[in-house]
Amino acid sequence: MKLLIKNGRVIDPSSNIDDTLDILIEKGKIVNIKSKIEDKQAKIIDATRLIVAPGFIDMHVHLREPGREDKETIESGSKAAARGGFTTICCMPNTDPVNDNRGVTEYIISEARRKAIVNIYPIAAISIGSKGKELTDMVDLKEAGAIAFSDDGQPILDSNLMRRALEYSKLIDTPIIDHCEDKFLSQNGVMNEGFYSYLFGLAGIPSAAEEIMIARDLILAEKTGARLHIAHISTKGSVEYLKMAKEKGVRVTAEVTPHHLILADSCLETYDTNLKVNPPLRSKSDIMALRNALKEGIIDVIATDHAPHTEDEKNVEFDFAPFGINGLETAVSLILDQCVNSGIISIQKCIELFSTNPALILGLKSKGKIQIGADADITILNLHKEIVIDKNKFQSKSRNTPFHGWKLKGTPVMTIVDGKIVWDER
Amino acid sequence: MPFNQKHLLGIKDLSKEEIMTILEVAESFREISIREIKKVPTLRGKTIINLFYEPSTRTRSSFEIAAKRLSADIINFNSSTSSVAKGESLKDTVLNLEAMKPDAIIIRHPASGAPYFLTTFCKSSIINAGDGTHEHPTQALLDALTIKQEKGDFSKLKVVIAGDILHSRVAKSNIFLLTKLGAKVILSGPPPLIPPEFKEFGAEIDYNFDNALKDADIVMMLRIQLERQGKNFFPSLREYRNLYSLTLERMEKAKKDAIIMHPGPINRGIELSAELADSSRSAILKQVENGIAVRMAILYLLLGGGRK
Repeated sequence: MKLLIKNGRVIDPSSNIDDTLDILIEKGKIVNIKSKIEDKQAKIIDATRLIVAPGFIDMHVHLREPGREDKETIESGSKAAARGGFTTICCMPNTDPVNDNRGVTEYIISEARRKAIVNIYPIAAISIGSKGKELTDMVDLKEAGAIAFSDDGQPILDSNLMRRALEYSKLIDTPIIDHCEDKFLSQNGVMNEGFYSYLFGLAGIPSAAEEIMIARDLILAEKTGARLHIAHISTKGSVEYLKMAKEKGVRVTAEVTPHHLILADSCLETYDTNLKVNPPLRSKSDIMALRNALKEGIIDVIATDHAPHTEDEKNVEFDFAPFGINGLETAVSLILDQCVNSGIISIQKCIELFSTNPALILGLKSKGKIQIGADADITILNLHKEIVIDKNKFQSKSRNTPFHGWKLKGTPVMTIVDGKIVWDER
Repeated sequence: MPFNQKHLLGIKDLSKEEIMTILEVAESFREISIREIKKVPTLRGKTIINLFYEPSTRTRSSFEIAAKRLSADIINFNSSTSSVAKGESLKDTVLNLEAMKPDAIIIRHPASGAPYFLTTFCKSSIINAGDGTHEHPTQALLDALTIKQEKGDFSKLKVVIAGDILHSRVAKSNIFLLTKLGAKVILSGPPPLIPPEFKEFGAEIDYNFDNALKDADIVMMLRIQLERQGKNFFPSLREYRNLYSLTLERMEKAKKDAIIMHPGPINRGIELSAELADSSRSAILKQVENGIAVRMAILYLLLGGGRK
């Protein structure tokens, strides 16, 4: 089945295209791009007044399968991704069992092949059991299909292990993704440390817990020459260290989540456990620094850190709730409303952050671009459509969003994966 | 009388006028406790649940006596462990208790914000009897009543609060209350236990206790929680005692008529010397006595006469 996307504003930052063009898709590939394509056999998608972008890639997702299928599965998570405008997602290894061996990686890939409606790439653990002691068989895992390595959620405290992981990763030129947190500093903290943690009587996680680990990782990345990707950067200080390292030529990239760009620690006055997330929501000045860093290209990627949790797990005292925000189905609308339509970043920059850059970082050579021969993964956006976030419409198995009821302008309306329409809400 | 709250969650949420109303009502209730028949029918037919997830002597019995003196029916629900450890969630427990149609639930809980959580699904009035390191509003109110009786006007007072400010819900509620009423509040203790951000609450910080005490009208000592030892908030009890224990000698620096307060339980000889605790300058037992009147006032204002 051929698809012909007509009259859309095609934006592809990888080739500097921003023009009204038609795109012809056949057998999962983009076969033609120009103004006014005619093809009688093709199914026509009218994209007038819509933006046609290379498929969005979320490189930080928790799918919970295997182990916690009550929170999310590969199937439900893929539907949530499709609904949220993502054509490709990468799932973190903190499942049960941990994705630290070929068996788990292959299980995820085969489940994804059978049940997922978007592309799924597993991220494997850096250390066995993510226990921070011994390296996993990284080359074997890469061959099995792991796209990157991370001990997300279980930060690597041992600097020597981090050094060895970075050194060893040079064999496969695959990024090491670190959740930067010094657990000695974060202790039993549940929110950002500062005026508001004292006001609300909640144990604080200082910015220093993140910044110390980022500084350490940057030093090690510089010494080893390996590729480092920093997960969910959240503080002003982290941005400053990152900027310094990039200026020195360290091979580092970084991502930020929508919630860290939008919500400040002051909103925790409700003790709403849907706002409990790690790294925690930071101060207003951190938010300003993160937004500036997006503009200036210091931060490369927007990723959701989609962390589904059941309602029962979240319906408890703040101290006892698990960390995490359900992000796949709200991220793109939030960024379009809060960052693009409000003038902080351009739509081109937005597409770069959601598609071009993650594809480059992950080495997905035929994704993240709209070019002849590229994979037919397409995200179509409507910048003018107004929506209300309704957690009850989520495709995710979980509902843990602090954005329920938010009115937003701008939303993904169609998701095309491998030449097939997997979501259509035009 | 300006008082239109459904719950008592924290001092933070109260206006100066509401605080003064509570203190006035409490003052008028004090007399009931010295009658021969210590009971009035004001809250007859009201049901109150004391839901304590942390050990408590003073607060729990004080609420119980306050309720009984107003003729309310009160039951005690004690749990030395958290709901999560027990297996039943706090929400389930409270929903079950709510099904028994209480008018108010008094909750003490180790997690900050637990009383706020209850208000999201309860019909009863929720009264915070201490939540985590957040607030302990009735303690601050009974402290205020004691200060008012002893000193009258708040605006001319210098109040020193000393000890583990960071983890103290009593300190927090007192800072909010005393600054609202115009008193000058000085916090003293080891720097790791008083982050500089506490200045933003309107208090001053002086890590040197001897300096802080100069010309103080009120010295409020906090219990140093022994479980904080070994976590490096301060090196040792010995060093803590040397620097922050309130002794007769140190008390000389305060005003001659300065009084000593403590929310209890006291670690005698650690934060407060035994001779001071038992001296005429100590208002500690007066605080406990005032606790009954303040809690009667709270129950009355929330369940009886206060609300429209």
